[in-house]
Amino acid sequence: MIDQTYLRPEDRAVLSLRTLYRQYGYLPFKMSKFEEYDLYVQNKDFLVSDRIITFNDMGGKLLALKPDVTLSIIKNVENRAGCKQKVCYSENVYRVSPSTHHFKEIMQTGLECIGDIDTYDLYEVITLAAASLACISPNYVLDISHLGVLSAILDDLRPDETLRREIARCVGEKNAHDLRRVCEEHRIGEEDTKLLCDFVGVYGTMDEVLERLSPICAAHEAATIAVAELTALRDHLRATPYADHVRFDFSIMNDMNYYNGMVFRGFLDGICEGVLSGGQYNKLMRRMGHKSGAVGFALYLDLLESLPAEGESYDVDVLLLYDATTPSSEVAATVAAIRESGKTVSAQRAIPDKLRYRETKDIRKEASV
Amino acid sequence: MINVALPKGRLGEKVYAMFEAAGYECPSIKENNRKLIFENPERGIRYFWVKPSDVSIYVERGAADIGVAGKDILLEYNPDVYELLDLNMGKCRMAVAAKKGFYDDGQKTLRVATKFKNIAARHYASLCREIDIIKLNGSIEIAPILGLSDVIVDIVETGTTLKENDLEVIDTIVPISARFICNKASFKFKTAEIERIVKHMKAQVDAHD
Repeated sequence: MIDQTYLRPEDRAVLSLRTLYRQYGYLPFKMSKFEEYDLYVQNKDFLVSDRIITFNDMGGKLLALKPDVTLSIIKNVENRAGCKQKVCYSENVYRVSPSTHHFKEIMQTGLECIGDIDTYDLYEVITLAAASLACISPNYVLDISHLGVLSAILDDLRPDETLRREIARCVGEKNAHDLRRVCEEHRIGEEDTKLLCDFVGVYGTMDEVLERLSPICAAHEAATIAVAELTALRDHLRATPYADHVRFDFSIMNDMNYYNGMVFRGFLDGICEGVLSGGQYNKLMRRMGHKSGAVGFALYLDLLESLPAEGESYDVDVLLLYDATTPSSEVAATVAAIRESGKTVSAQRAIPDKLRYRETKDIRKEASV
Repeated sequence: MINVALPKGRLGEKVYAMFEAAGYECPSIKENNRKLIFENPERGIRYFWVKPSDVSIYVERGAADIGVAGKDILLEYNPDVYELLDLNMGKCRMAVAAKKGFYDDGQKTLRVATKFKNIAARHYASLCREIDIIKLNGSIEIAPILGLSDVIVDIVETGTTLKENDLEVIDTIVPISARFICNKASFKFKTAEIERIVKHMKAQVDAHD
């Protein structure tokens, strides 16, 4: 029996999440630490950073330490009509930290549902994303966006690729002032500019957002499909315990060349960035030669280190002091008795400099002389 | 409690005045002492002064929920933050300047001296122009005069320093002003408070325009 009290938040998360994912039939996917470098060259925009640790194997083949898990899973997926694979994983990936510009080992856990996925699968994965956050902390927010809404607006405006990226950047930054400037520079009409700038401000509870999307649907018919999907998702999530923690927010902007449909990001109170990221990535599947669809997410466990620590003012409950004359059997018996009383104990012959303890128990024979 | 990173200096003082006018006053900030953190629990606000170029780091890393940073810093370091408002103050422009009469015939690698190497690199990449970036930390204007570089990429406010050193602006890259930025996770958990502050600040910006 594992006492979770003494586990780090990330270790606790791995245990509870693995159980959660297995309950929904997501089977563990074990992969090698290395992958052929070519896989990443072909899909480098999909990666968070394009800097990868590479080396030659014994046969001269160029390999990489995995910067990503999803690409490896897709590569190994079976492509059979009507079937889908549900896998979960806990793996280390190697990426460059944007702040230090050095490589960093990041522990990720997550799941992927790949194949002939339907609406149920999408709901299941989004519900599991919310449940994963709820497993770790009661104070969480799951932001969900639908890339189809912005795509519908942009497809009607027909901007070139640079302008498309600029608009997406402004939406991702909730930056209405620069968006207006960009629209003016590119001579986008006042009505469309206003609609885009208003779109930046559309976020909040699911009900609030759906209400505010109607002018967009009226102006851009293709957006109605995305809004109908969001409405159906709202109805599904209402029946779960997670509804109050879900927001619709269109600033969640995964790369539109790989992702389509719903994308989402999870936040925990006390951690300064998103800890969970996921979405539908049918476009990536197409680019990798698969006809089927996929949805999944990853949780960045290394970020859980920043969660406020609970009850860590002491390293052990009891510092047990003994000396050379104390029989080992007596030390062992005392340690056992302390453990049985539910306390933690560190047996030492001298008081360690950096050990924080609640109380001492002294069984040194010399001390009692 | 909302934590606010203010840029030290004249801009920071102006920004604090806006917060004060919006009802988020903190009288202790005006006391003449060496304190760096000032708090008004009644208003639920805590201010701290930081180096202007560090504001975005404090906000991105969540030590501050909100802050005010120049667009130059945001463009150079590209922090992962929300940019909620253009405060329309601290206005200037990021520009390319060179010695009067300089002509770039495009025949050789252009030597560019700058503090803003990412902005410079992006600008010239968009023009497909090959450049050699010389990263300097100050007194950029001296570089073309001494032949260290052909041009400089720097912030130009009035252009007086350029004029006095016989330099002139040859291209404007982007207009710059102070921006109200917000940590993305803080926005999720303190939405109402942050929105309230943005609304009050925006009212002042609109009134000023």
